Amino acid sequence: MIDTALFIAIGALGLAQILAMIRLVIGPHTGDRILALDTMVINAIGLIILLGLYLGTQIYFESALIFAMLGFVSTVALARFVLRGDIIE
Amino acid sequence: MTGGMMLLEILVAALLIIGAAFTLIGSYGLLKLDQPMKRLHAPTKASTLGVGSLLLASMIHAFASGDASLHELLVMAFLFVTAPISGNFIAKVHLHRQRGGKELPPPPEEKTWATYAEQ
Amino acid sequence: MSMRLTRKLLPHPLLSALLVLVWCLLINDLSLGTVVFGALLGIVIPMATRAFWPDRPKIGRPARLVSYLLMVIWDIMVANVQVAMIVLFKRNEDMAPNWVVIPLEIRTPEAIAMLAGTITLTPGTVSADLSADGHALLVHALDAPDPEAVRDDIKTRYERRLKEIFE
Repeated sequence: MIDTALFIAIGALGLAQILAMIRLVIGPHTGDRILALDTMVINAIGLIILLGLYLGTQIYFESALIFAMLGFVSTVALARFVLRGDIIE
Repeated sequence: MTGGMMLLEILVAALLIIGAAFTLIGSYGLLKLDQPMKRLHAPTKASTLGVGSLLLASMIHAFASGDASLHELLVMAFLFVTAPISGNFIAKVHLHRQRGGKELPPPPEEKTWATYAEQ
Repeated sequence: MSMRLTRKLLPHPLLSALLVLVWCLLINDLSLGTVVFGALLGIVIPMATRAFWPDRPKIGRPARLVSYLLMVIWDIMVANVQVAMIVLFKRNEDMAPNWVVIPLEIRTPEAIAMLAGTITLTPGTVSADLSADGHALLVHALDAPDPEAVRDDIKTRYERRLKEIFE
């Protein structure tokens, strides 16, 4: 049963990733693109967790954590670059 | 298989489906909604709970299969703490684009919002 | 004397406790060695970063904070279902996106930050900006035909409780 649910979830997250990528490509504004990237990072974390469940290991947890941190920092850095034209003042 | 294990399996499967559904709805909203500020609502909320319940499913699965682990809590806590901050930054980017903020209601006591204050 | 020594060794007891907890979760283990090394980190890191945290936030009623957090988690779940329904079944033209201005009574930075975070995580609202002197919060609502109702709801449900906790 878990396997079926896992396959459905992986499919749904893959579809979500594609939808977010369409928004990333069509924009139209910078803010929308940053938001789409942020969403894609969160979806990617979900996919990594599902992969870990599927393979039955805990190894992928660290990569999920690092993705979460890098995603947050890069969202803030991008937003800050748009706001100030500079990241570190 | 005992009844308790069966119950846990159903719980994990349900959490996986719920999480995936919320994540999908978040991305669908990102594509469907038509104004930049409206788009901000769908992913920041749906995704945090979506990934949250996926993590919960992973945690319960680990407990059911014997090697208890709680470190998924870290990712969950991190996402819940950072989601408002990145949401706020993206909102500021949207505000910044419409310079002067004429579409916004003015704050009660003074002239300007903080994003426009230093210009 | 001992009070002063404790303050010097542990400038932020809550931060130290959090560091120990995070370290144990990261290692995913609760053996003596992990806890001791975590405690070491919990002492060294607050001391090394002391210059950046000059004052200690006061939490008047910790029990209230816990019940507040539980209430917020419940609200987040309800909010997610509501927002999902709006996104799925409401046409774009039928939504009433609106700006809401919330005049603030709380002044502590921690309380305002908590309020802004809570607003972003709950039903169809995102906090977008603070007024230049920090006395009002600008909130965007996804589907709010009546902005006053949203404002009153936030003020009575969240701000009043935060005021009790932090001030």
